Amino acid sequence: MSDCDEQQVPTDGEHKRTTSAVNARPTWGGVEKGTQLPPRTYVLKRADLVRYAGASGDFNVIHWNERVARSVGLPNVIAHGMLTMGTVARVVTDWVGDPAAMVDYGVRFTRPVPVPDDDVGASVEVTAAVTEKLDDGLVRVTIKAVHDGQTVLGKAIATVRLP
Amino acid sequence: MALDASLVGRTYPPGRVYEVSREKIREFADAVGDSCPAYRDPEAAKALGHPDVIAPPTFPIIFSLEAALAAAADPTVGVDYARLVHGEQRFQYSRPIRPGDRLRTTVEIVAARTMAGNDMLTLACSSSTEEGEHVVTATCMVVGRAPEDAT
Repeated sequence: MSDCDEQQVPTDGEHKRTTSAVNARPTWGGVEKGTQLPPRTYVLKRADLVRYAGASGDFNVIHWNERVARSVGLPNVIAHGMLTMGTVARVVTDWVGDPAAMVDYGVRFTRPVPVPDDDVGASVEVTAAVTEKLDDGLVRVTIKAVHDGQTVLGKAIATVRLP
Repeated sequence: MALDASLVGRTYPPGRVYEVSREKIREFADAVGDSCPAYRDPEAAKALGHPDVIAPPTFPIIFSLEAALAAAADPTVGVDYARLVHGEQRFQYSRPIRPGDRLRTTVEIVAARTMAGNDMLTLACSSSTEEGEHVVTATCMVVGRAPEDAT
């Protein structure tokens, strides 16, 4: 479950390194280059693609019609790149607590995520780490998203403002 | 045919105004599986210092991609629209998006090049309020794939 809930995290600036560290809101002073964010695994199923198509307005048939997807050389229906990007963002926004702290977020779509017609779906394993501390309370986070052993997003970088 | 480098700097004026609603924010947050209360509960958002709920980081794709694709479909740009795929995407915020925002999006071609027959067009979609306050720039790179890839 996502936990960017202000009631679960300390807001007094106290940097707690306890067993609940994954729920502690990070501070600029409390992170360093190499700090790892809690890893997550997200599962995308066909129903998620349908829901995303409706919410985003992207009704490209390769995201819902297996016959058409295969006819253009894809292994199956594929997830919208923007669904993957939006889902993966949670590894950062859940960590920081306030989604608005992510002031810059960019990715390159390097490989598609095929989504089978079953109840298992396609899983995307996400890891992320602070790769640079910037001025003005900002840090750069580099994200790695892997499906079926292969990276699906390249140059996935978020710039986050920390208290 | 290679993209003309002189396309860089060309701008497209805003189309229709996009008015952000709290129900659309909730729907989009649901669609990316994000249960964060700041997208749904004004009190939770206020506790984080926001005047109202905010939109998820990739929300601007709803109106920016429409604006970008309209520019990419301009026949004088010369991209094969039927062979277009999404190559890169970036969002740069001046402030979070909130319900009631009425946003106008200007598109600028910031890069145009052709590599190995693939046309790569980068479009910066800058969204501001009707009063002129910049909110977010969504930059996308779309690729018009080379015809040899056709199957």
